[in-house]
Amino acid sequence: MIIGVRSNVKEDNPASLGIRAQSLSVFAYVSVYVMVKVFQAADATDLVTELRRSFDDGVTRGYEWRVTQLKKLLLICDNHEPEIVSALHDDLGKPELESSVYEVALLRNSINLAVKQLKDWMAPDKVAKTSLTTFPASAEIVYEPLGVVLVISAWNYPFLLSIDPVIGAISAGNAVVLKPSELAPASSSLLAKLLEQYLDSSAVRVVEGAVTETTLLLEQKWDKIFYTGSSRIGRIIMMAAAKHLTPVVLELGGKSPVVIDSDTNLKITAKRIIAGKWGCNNGQACISPDYILTTKEFSPKVIDALKQELEAFYGKNPMESKDMSRIVNSNHFDRLSKMLEEKEVSDKIVYGGQKNRDKLKIAPTILVDVPLDSQIMSEEIFGPLLPIITLNNLEECFDVIRSRPKPLAAYLFTQNQKLKERFALTVSAGGIVVNDIAVHLAVPTLPFGGVGESGMGSYHGKFSFDAFSHKKAVLYKSFIGDAAIRYPPYSTGKLRLLKALVNSNILEIFRVILGLS
Amino acid sequence: MEAMKETVDQSLREMRETFASGRTRSVKWRKAQLGAIIEMVKDNEEKMSDVLFQDLGKHSTEAFRDELGFVMRSATTALNCLDKWVVPRKSNLPLLFYPATGKVISEPYGTVLVLSSWNFPISLSLDPMIGAIAAGNTVLLKASELSPNASALLAKLIPSYLDTKAIKVIEGGPDVATILLQHQWDKIFFTGSPKIGKIIMAAAAEHLTPVTLELGGKCPTIIDHHSVSKDMKSVVKRISGGKWGSCSGQACISVDYVLVEQSFASTLIDMFKPVIRSFFGENPKESGCLAKIVTKKHFQRLSRLLNDPRVKASIVYGGSMDEEKLYVEPTILLDPPLDSEIMNEEIFGPILPIITLRDIQESIGFIKSKPKPLAIYAFTKDENLKTRILSETSSGSVTFNDLMIQYMCDALPFGGVGQSGMGRYHGKYSFECFSHEKAIMEGSLAMDLEARYPPWNNFKLNFIRLAFREAYFKLVLLMLGLTKGVRK
Repeated sequence: MIIGVRSNVKEDNPASLGIRAQSLSVFAYVSVYVMVKVFQAADATDLVTELRRSFDDGVTRGYEWRVTQLKKLLLICDNHEPEIVSALHDDLGKPELESSVYEVALLRNSINLAVKQLKDWMAPDKVAKTSLTTFPASAEIVYEPLGVVLVISAWNYPFLLSIDPVIGAISAGNAVVLKPSELAPASSSLLAKLLEQYLDSSAVRVVEGAVTETTLLLEQKWDKIFYTGSSRIGRIIMMAAAKHLTPVVLELGGKSPVVIDSDTNLKITAKRIIAGKWGCNNGQACISPDYILTTKEFSPKVIDALKQELEAFYGKNPMESKDMSRIVNSNHFDRLSKMLEEKEVSDKIVYGGQKNRDKLKIAPTILVDVPLDSQIMSEEIFGPLLPIITLNNLEECFDVIRSRPKPLAAYLFTQNQKLKERFALTVSAGGIVVNDIAVHLAVPTLPFGGVGESGMGSYHGKFSFDAFSHKKAVLYKSFIGDAAIRYPPYSTGKLRLLKALVNSNILEIFRVILGLS
Repeated sequence: MEAMKETVDQSLREMRETFASGRTRSVKWRKAQLGAIIEMVKDNEEKMSDVLFQDLGKHSTEAFRDELGFVMRSATTALNCLDKWVVPRKSNLPLLFYPATGKVISEPYGTVLVLSSWNFPISLSLDPMIGAIAAGNTVLLKASELSPNASALLAKLIPSYLDTKAIKVIEGGPDVATILLQHQWDKIFFTGSPKIGKIIMAAAAEHLTPVTLELGGKCPTIIDHHSVSKDMKSVVKRISGGKWGSCSGQACISVDYVLVEQSFASTLIDMFKPVIRSFFGENPKESGCLAKIVTKKHFQRLSRLLNDPRVKASIVYGGSMDEEKLYVEPTILLDPPLDSEIMNEEIFGPILPIITLRDIQESIGFIKSKPKPLAIYAFTKDENLKTRILSETSSGSVTFNDLMIQYMCDALPFGGVGQSGMGRYHGKYSFECFSHEKAIMEGSLAMDLEARYPPWNNFKLNFIRLAFREAYFKLVLLMLGLTKGVRK
């Protein structure tokens, strides 16, 4: 196992104490050497070479191997849930229910589906009809693994976003390297430990680390790179991939808007928004409701409903509630603080706004009509702040959304059928959910992915298998029927027959052959 | 260049406005454009044949077969199938989500860029455009400057047949491409070399633009002479037709080299000779059926490949060249050195190396030692060999017992893997290539489960655990208070 150098070295880590010791004692030197082995360029090359050899040897191709690995992933979920919950609590203050449900349970479902469907997924697709011009022929599409793939995951759902793509990679028969996020170090370390313990390390490996390690990995030639994270880093990933013509899936983010129509059931709407925002890693999720669009008239009711349900969920002192994750680290805390403190934003707070830097907590905060060019309305919030933008007319929501980069999700709460249709058709986003929040993530029959700034490619269910497969076209031709018209020397007669064939004009074909045309 | 920058800015602005207006979303508009493409090709068949002859020396039959007929067929398919393609696909949701519904809608990306290649300048321009238009996008085409007459003709015809506010053509070379690539596109479709493919993808990365890259590679042809001995005449004809009968070997899916057992090599070569003569006569230069090499630069490239003394020594047929006429004779090599340039870069010309092996099974290892090609061809009836080829090699596609023909089958995805490209098109795949598959889920405001919401407690945790496992009976027991906990 390779341990990378972490950028957030904990205060009580003997290595850091050793480094800080004034005297360069042998003890300190030895303890540093023993605790930390730096991941270098040669390590990256060796890693890929080894995995490529495993792949070329056919280790990962067979159905048995794939199913065995998937079942081992299931064992990890079954045997280590408490440790996973604990790591997530260390890294993110994530409540047990969120960890159990949104990470472990979702993974279990994903693994079970893959195990159940793998034979089907692996079977070639028969192609219905080949055309008259290629007759007689039969064709099929064969699914083949891409080879050696790299999965880089994010810190907010470190288990889900690491293992779910790995499920896809393994089902499709690839060798895979996972690089979990260093911003969730306990999770990263647990993933490394568990994957090494349970899975076939000749084909599945974890590399821990930060920018240095990621950069070294990106210099290698991969057959696919699957990245979850920010648009900024997504660009860097794609640029690195371009050097080797490596295809990528980029699951990025954006400002997912929620449009609330006045004909909706406001109580349920408020509950779902709260559960989808603060109930999912405290707003630190790629499909978190980022901001609300509603009419000036309806807005006070929306605010009241939200306030009421927020209190029902988190009590009068939400800062004390154990049912919300904390902010991941001080960098993000400061980023969110700055958003709140901006001039013309700080006075728009209508609920919440309390902060505690030591505990890395910010209370569920609602703002109304912050300037559209403020920081909070220009970048993805990724935190417990919810601006409400009021409109004269709900129709205006389309222009507001369209004027911004395409988000990963867009939400609408309404009973109006026409509005639902118009929204679904004209709002461009990775996915659209009407009358609920975020649930589409758990549906394996819907492709989950972005468009534009929110990403490219998709996964979940069979889409994960497809994401890591090459669909190879195979054409079987026989030797019957070798039409002279295919070959030089070319003549007008051949041209006429070709034209007739192309137009699939049977009558014309006969006429040309019989010399009647 | 300033003028060009201004033109590009203006074009993009107009295309974006047009897309925003919703005009290209209407199926009626898309069908009208597709119909106009068919009309455009039908009305101008002779002019198009002429430019293909001017740029590439293509015979009108070859031009029709490989380009014009192909484009008309492609547009017709899109026209006939569009109504079906645009229908949203319903997704079955697990019972857990009842009564929610889900579906997937194909939505156009927006404003797309098509950069085509010089070897099939009409079809490699219009075919991707057909996909872009069918999917409801606005599209800008830059054809290759190495086929200037074709590029100019498209630039003249497209505005007079198609909706100029949505579909545009810009002419020019690498400098124009650079300007285009500085802008943000919603999708880029490129056909060309891997070297340029990397530049395109890096430029696209700046804007997170998804790309389809149709590149190339050395497409091998395996001849398993044991199992196809009866049909060997056909085999040789098909290989010859595929190699020299289509743009003189300057095609991404052309046969690059042949793999055959040592014992059969000289017989094979002897079989090629009369076939080539039957296609092109005693003097192929005058036959009018052999396309020319596209430019002096490419001619010199091929010349350099052949002038390597070790390669020259391996010529067993042909080898003559005429720089003025941009002519290279159909040439066959026998076992040129494997480390020669000709065996390490895509030939893209009428030179055919035959590589001999002791046993045809070695062809698998040979192919695997090279980058993944766009196509692998194998002439064999041996089921075991077929299986080995399919499962042990990787390529964009595999065709058994023929060549090039997979291009014509629009029920099959056409695209590469690894160095030969990413993404695919043809038929429905063209439509998908230019569409964002958007998931739509609709929940109900009628039913609501308390267990979904904080504050969390053990009951809710157990409820959700069971719900996820779809253990509905246990769920009922839980709700009735007949069971307390759930095995973790």
